[in-house]
Amino acid sequence: MAEKVLMKGNEALAEAAIMAGCRHYLGYPITPQTEVAAYMAKRMPQIDGVFLQAESEIAAINMVIGVASTGKRVMTSSSSPGIALKSEGLSYLAGCNLPALVVNVQRGGPGLGGIQPSQSDYFQATKSAGHGDFRMLVLAPASVQEMVDMTITGFELADKYRMTSMILADGTMGQMMEPVVLDTKEIKTFDKPWAANGTDGKRPHNIINSLCLEAKELEEWNIERYKMYSEIEENEVRYEEYMMEDAEICIVAFGVAARVSRNAIQAARAKGIKVGMIRPITLWPFPKKPLLAAADKVKAFVSVELSMGQMIEDVELAIRCKKPVLLANRVGGIIPSPEEVLAKIEEADKMGGNN
Amino acid sequence: MHEILIAGFGGQGILFAGKFLAYEALLEDKQVSWLPSYGPEMRGGTANCSITISDEPIGSPIVSKPTVLVAMNGPSLDKYESEVKPGGYIFVDSSLISRKVTRTDVNVFYIPATQLASDNEMGGLANMIILGKVIKEANVIPFENVPRAMGKVVSAKKQALLDKNIKAVEIGYTYAE
Repeated sequence: MAEKVLMKGNEALAEAAIMAGCRHYLGYPITPQTEVAAYMAKRMPQIDGVFLQAESEIAAINMVIGVASTGKRVMTSSSSPGIALKSEGLSYLAGCNLPALVVNVQRGGPGLGGIQPSQSDYFQATKSAGHGDFRMLVLAPASVQEMVDMTITGFELADKYRMTSMILADGTMGQMMEPVVLDTKEIKTFDKPWAANGTDGKRPHNIINSLCLEAKELEEWNIERYKMYSEIEENEVRYEEYMMEDAEICIVAFGVAARVSRNAIQAARAKGIKVGMIRPITLWPFPKKPLLAAADKVKAFVSVELSMGQMIEDVELAIRCKKPVLLANRVGGIIPSPEEVLAKIEEADKMGGNN
Repeated sequence: MHEILIAGFGGQGILFAGKFLAYEALLEDKQVSWLPSYGPEMRGGTANCSITISDEPIGSPIVSKPTVLVAMNGPSLDKYESEVKPGGYIFVDSSLISRKVTRTDVNVFYIPATQLASDNEMGGLANMIILGKVIKEANVIPFENVPRAMGKVVSAKKQALLDKNIKAVEIGYTYAE
């Protein structure tokens, strides 16, 4: 087995990007993701790669569009307010059908907010990353190892579907250190016949463009893209079940909230309360089917979030409001404690029979 | 399972001390997590660091009820004394904290780590001195593994620092109240 090393989430993610073949990193520093940029600044020159600290987040995402157009694996990273600045570029990436990896190590908002962990960019990542009809693949790591694995998966899925993958981490995942194995798997690569990387005079030009003034044609582009999105919803949903076999209460949580929830589940089980967890790993596509199936077995759900309650809307939609969904949350950079989650589990446990 | 909270001012090497413990646990093939509370200021602000060492996969990486508290300034002791699990350990840098621990259900050790550091011309290594005491009393990691773990967190290019850090741990380990 490969050697385990102790790394910060941000640094492990950056090394994973390099392993995945990324040789172009364009970014702008912001806490709590600055270690990604710092690591890239050190590593990229050693491997003939490009590290560029742009003059702004907006410049960085537009440079990403440029590199992605040539078919090279490219990434940028930021934290919440910085991602908001990139939103126009994210929409252009979608409009141009370009693959890229964008990392958001979230901090508390709105506005400049704070620098402590948060998950309050859930809506932004899954529903409203920019203008126009489009989706991003959104991956939510819950350990430093997953920061590595999902970075690689993110690049692969981005190339496979020619769209943006976002790693939606939180400050905890970026800042914490855990043992991690770096070379875990084979890296998949994809042919990119669409890339604007020189014709050698042997083929017509490839044109990368999001402008389409012909309404009928623009409608077709959108419909085609959404056909692909439904394929992704069918094939790329990732989630993890924890103690769901006999569960009467189902926690739904991702990232650090899922880590805290594990402690709460163990404490509740010790008290005889049958509780389990469905942890979405992809936030888009959202694991609707397993949640709907769970709705027939459990009496209530608890959505654990570092937001005022964003994912809870997707949980209610997924289960078609068949069962009550409670919210256990803290915001502003505070992480709910296992005791707080346990209290909500106990509240859910008092909520009547399985009907 | 050890849930360790090291707390003090920024600049005291709080995060480094935690990293050293985490590395040693990794070398022992334990599950381990290390999480800093990060402030925007590099020095002078409060800093604390959660380290969990376990044989089982670790859930929350945030230590809110420590089994071991290392307090390197007064505000940290005031803030976390009541949170330590009964039967747990509190280590106090008595050169910086004049008051005594009021809890009677925990094991308390006082060590003038900052004073010992300056007496031994090891300014800035109070963190490792107090860790030496932690290693001695709380059975967190075996003392004989200290050089190995230190070799992982101090770069080989800084051999002098490596030796100094190991020596600092020894001073704390052999200190008798």
